Amino acid sequence: MNDPFTIADTVFASRIFVGSARYPNQQVMLDALAAAGPAMVTMSIRRISLEGYAESLVDLLGGSYRILPNTAGCVTARDAILTAELAREALETNWIKLELIGDRELLYPDVEQLVHAADELVRKGFTVLPYCNEDPVACQKLADVGCAAVMPLGSLIGSGRGIANPAAIELICARSPVPVVLDAGIGTASDAAQAMELGCDAVMVDTAIAKSHDPIRMAAAMRGAVEAGRLARLAGRIPKRRFAEPSSPQLGLVGS
Amino acid sequence: MRLKINGVDEEVAATTVAQLLADRGINPAVRFLAIAVNGAVVRRAEWSQAALKAGDAVEIVRPLQGG
Repeated sequence: MNDPFTIADTVFASRIFVGSARYPNQQVMLDALAAAGPAMVTMSIRRISLEGYAESLVDLLGGSYRILPNTAGCVTARDAILTAELAREALETNWIKLELIGDRELLYPDVEQLVHAADELVRKGFTVLPYCNEDPVACQKLADVGCAAVMPLGSLIGSGRGIANPAAIELICARSPVPVVLDAGIGTASDAAQAMELGCDAVMVDTAIAKSHDPIRMAAAMRGAVEAGRLARLAGRIPKRRFAEPSSPQLGLVGS
Repeated sequence: MRLKINGVDEEVAATTVAQLLADRGINPAVRFLAIAVNGAVVRRAEWSQAALKAGDAVEIVRPLQGG
């Protein structure tokens, strides 16, 4: 179990956020979430279908988990802001995971629109957690407009490529005045551990769990990895050396 | 009158948001639903008063799985 951390006014005992999408079925999703023990579970906001409306997913999750709505898929600040306001109305939470993308193939954030939308949402009283690029300048801008955390990507959403630019993530973590939650691109447990070792306060995972061969086992792996990575970070790793440094004593060698 | 509901042009008889939901068989007590008219959220308490007029754009949304 890790040391708790704080975003805005809330203390979290778990350092993993998990998404609710792409599981083979609802039971697997529930079992995977139970194995991961997330601080928050994300959901999207979508138009109801013409056939009617079923409230089951929120009922299923809302009793056990804190739900964090997102503005996934939004490409304009106006749409993201409206989606956030609708999310607030639907789920009765001021918290929003702000996603504003500039490219539908890459799902890379549109930083200019993102900062503008974040600024406006903060003014409207939201607690904003923006999904952003792994750029220390963008992260600083988001913190400056009042975001409660920053969520830089490791690599493209759903790509499973891990942390493409560890140096950038490490810089963001070292400089950020707000908590850093690595979001997007985690592929397996070691990626999550690496994020924590680089200094991230938490990680966000969806596809890596939901689309793995055994989501329940992978969720447990992610939980362990986040705990291990955080412990390693707190323990303070050895530096990387250019040459070998023997571990066994040099004196008293047989035959010397 | 013609309105846009969730991006689709439709002919509706309803003159209020509450009436629109009723016409669609949506229980007005349903939880986790949110509605906006012309880009402004209409809160649940206002559904029966919120008037609809021709050309309005209505969004009716709910939470769904997402990452």
